[in-house]
Amino acid sequence: MTRISVTVDGVQYQDDVEPRTLLVHYLREQLGKVGTVVGCDTSNCGACTVMMTGTSGRHSVKSCTVLAVQADGREVVTIEGLADMNGGADRAGRLHPMQQAFHEQHALQCGFCTPGMIMEAVDLLEANPDPTDEQIREGLEGNLCRCTGYQNIVRAVHAAAAATRGAEPEPAPEDVVPGPQP
Amino acid sequence: MTVTEERPAAEVGHARRRKEDARLITGRTMWTDNITLPGMLHLAILRSPMAHARIATIDVGPARELPGVIAAFSGRDLAEDMASLPCAWPVTEDMVHPDHLPLAVDEVRHTGEAVAVVAARDRASALDGLEAIEVDYDELPVVLDMEAALADGADLVHADKGTNKSFTWVFDSAEAGSGGNVADALDGAEVKLSRRYVQQRLIPAYMEPRSVVVDPTGDVFTVWSATQIPHILRLMIAMTTGTPEHKVRVVAPDVGGGFGGKLQVTPEELIAFHVARRIGKPVKHTETRSESMQATHHGRDQIQFIDLTARRDGTVTGLNVRLLANMGAYLGLVTPGVPILGAFMYNAIYKIPAYRFECTGVFTNTAWTDAYRGAGRPEATYAIERIVDELAAELGLDPMEVRRKNWINHDEFPFTTVAGLTYDSGNYEAATDKATQLFGYDELRREQAARRESGDLVQLGIGISTYTEMCGLAPSRVLGALRYGAGGWESATVRVLPTGKVEVVTGTSPHGQGHETAWSQIVADQLGVPFEDVEVLHGDTRTSVRGLDTYGSRSLAVGGTALVKACQKVIKNAKRIAAHMLEASEDDLEFADGTWRVRGTPDAGKTIAECALAVFTSHDLPDGIEPNLDADATHDPENFSFPHGTHLCAAEVDTETGWVNIRKYAAVDDVGRVINPLIVEGQVHGGIAQGVAQALFEEAVYDESGNLMTGTFVDYTVPSAADLPAFDTDRTETPATGHPLGAKGVGEAGTIASTPAVVNAVVDALRPLGVNDVRMPCTPERVWQAIQEARR
Repeated sequence: MTRISVTVDGVQYQDDVEPRTLLVHYLREQLGKVGTVVGCDTSNCGACTVMMTGTSGRHSVKSCTVLAVQADGREVVTIEGLADMNGGADRAGRLHPMQQAFHEQHALQCGFCTPGMIMEAVDLLEANPDPTDEQIREGLEGNLCRCTGYQNIVRAVHAAAAATRGAEPEPAPEDVVPGPQP
Repeated sequence: MTVTEERPAAEVGHARRRKEDARLITGRTMWTDNITLPGMLHLAILRSPMAHARIATIDVGPARELPGVIAAFSGRDLAEDMASLPCAWPVTEDMVHPDHLPLAVDEVRHTGEAVAVVAARDRASALDGLEAIEVDYDELPVVLDMEAALADGADLVHADKGTNKSFTWVFDSAEAGSGGNVADALDGAEVKLSRRYVQQRLIPAYMEPRSVVVDPTGDVFTVWSATQIPHILRLMIAMTTGTPEHKVRVVAPDVGGGFGGKLQVTPEELIAFHVARRIGKPVKHTETRSESMQATHHGRDQIQFIDLTARRDGTVTGLNVRLLANMGAYLGLVTPGVPILGAFMYNAIYKIPAYRFECTGVFTNTAWTDAYRGAGRPEATYAIERIVDELAAELGLDPMEVRRKNWINHDEFPFTTVAGLTYDSGNYEAATDKATQLFGYDELRREQAARRESGDLVQLGIGISTYTEMCGLAPSRVLGALRYGAGGWESATVRVLPTGKVEVVTGTSPHGQGHETAWSQIVADQLGVPFEDVEVLHGDTRTSVRGLDTYGSRSLAVGGTALVKACQKVIKNAKRIAAHMLEASEDDLEFADGTWRVRGTPDAGKTIAECALAVFTSHDLPDGIEPNLDADATHDPENFSFPHGTHLCAAEVDTETGWVNIRKYAAVDDVGRVINPLIVEGQVHGGIAQGVAQALFEEAVYDESGNLMTGTFVDYTVPSAADLPAFDTDRTETPATGHPLGAKGVGEAGTIASTPAVVNAVVDALRPLGVNDVRMPCTPERVWQAIQEARR
């Protein structure tokens, strides 16, 4: 067992993990962060994508290709903490613009790929705030969706990009999702 | 009462954002693998590395010695508990139907077949346990090729059956009285085309791997499963384990895609059940992706021999179909029925005077096949739409003109086809006209001509697919006539709570289709309550007692109709209460916007909510009335519904490299009346993507020893966003006539339509080079080889 210290969705954890434990299994089984899911065993599908800080800042990683011990001393953001990623408690109950855009643009059906797809799309916009269709499609190449045919996902990333550019620094109240609240 | 027609439709037709999304975009979803119960053990399954072998010895003892391992069982250990997995569709009386045990006992017949199971305190220990199990296999001859499997003296998948043939099923329009004799058409044909098409094997590849949790510790067995069919699963668990049906509860929580792949009673579900029952503790099994690729049922895998006869003016005179359908090693829940569903679709939208269909089911040492999005209908549509293009090429006619010459005109509905189905409605002219405009058909044909003229290395092809399908499965009497083991009805319950909020229980079992949203829209319009006030319950046999689940584009056409019927009963129940409260005669009341009003005095009215509160208190009800508004309804459709549409694909094909680029894709679908256009658009996009995937990317491949060579997402190339184009979609709307919603179904349409559209485009691009077929998937290698062969 190895002792790690890792911050996940704003909460600091210290845990003993087996060296072979993958980050995704640590998140799901030890922390109960089951919003992040496993879709394959070859790092092709991207369903397990989360954000993790590293030497070059915060980037998306496929949490099935990272060992839990590699997350020691790092900060991890999952789909469950995304809405709070850049803000504090005042964002409680709101959605990240990318989550809002996936909802508005019907960019999900069964929703299994969605946590990973959203995290990867957030990373994509952080690198390129105004991508073309082709840049979005290439940027999401490592995340598979079997339901949507990707068209509405591309539409959602454009919508989130526009909302992010237009809404900074504070998100507009319209970001609150109508209907059932998270 | 004709309430439906009198009310303005406020919600139906509106692009409501989905209710389901709130949990799915925030990670608060209940996937089966998220479930953890006190004392729960984790299962790992040992799978055969051999395609065909006798299990000489198997010893799970060493696994039991490992720390963390609680139990381990081979097939022999559980042999007395197990019964064969069910096949509910014996298509012929003499169908050969071998037993299929959840864990193999004496013999394995495909790679990935389960042979032993380990239960441990955690997943890693269970996997360690698998490593310790010792199995000796005696290899047996492997049967892979369907045509070889049927030859005299062929090695056998099931030696005790003496044959690799499961069944031969025939439809002949002359015998059925629905058309002429194909032999006559073949004899006197002015033009006769014969083609052999191969429907490659596909893997459903739903994104959520299958997972099952069984809890035996309560008064009943509770089974959570990533399934499309909780109701059928409950029945089949009861029938195959001897557990009384009322002692089994099945829950399909959030389910991450199915596409037919989760329309199954799986070995893994039964293995988990038997282990839980043996050891008395909750267990969970979640497959890895590589397990899923090997051990889930596959789809398609047919060889199609098609003869089409016509006059020289392009009028089709006959169609003869001979089919070899790969069953795989066993028969799954509806395996034999899949190609038979296709039998009714080969004639498609055309007026064909004579038709014969013959299908032989063949056993091989491969994973068994079963339903995969479209299930028989994509295969049929592919064959007819491909060969109609070949007919046009043979006669030098525009393929669209050949279609126009033969299709059923809009003023000829209802139309009884040569396959004996009655298409109730449709307008192929309207959908095609809209599609050709959306696509820019004439302009692209001009560009094609220019590229052909200039000898451009990148040629342009235009592919057409004017498809129809049968969905809304299904009239129970038709299913009975086809020897299917169950009916095709669907059920709904509507409960009005004392505060006027509404709970809906549906027998459908969504796994991405958005039923919670669409069903809420229907109820909001029917009862005049806000969309937000409706809660839709599904997928738990304890709350949703009756149901036949979700597949075959049936949920809205059949389940939605049951829901409308239940709402109508609630409205009727409220009428007597309202009349009493309004001190009016029931005859003087009219219902609109959720309120019973006295005709002529619009200010006096009682809403459904007020009536619900009145029955809750029951202080002042008419004499002899039951204090209840709630209602159940079941709908058994009279007919299938028949969505149709025109899909057009323009493909650029690099004649030097074989690379295919979809330049433009336009689809106009007629799925009847639309409840939620956003959901319909999403279904069409995803459906097209899956059909394109068959045309260009995906194939499950076994090597000569029966090893699956495409056992991960590295080798089985599910397309990514970068592989697919944007699709231009639009609709025409010809309502279905068999039920008040007018909806036809949309779940499979895109997949059925798009495969032939894409392949027709690829072949059309290469026709000047002498190419008249490219075997799917049309990878650069296959396209390049087709070009080289044509040049020889």
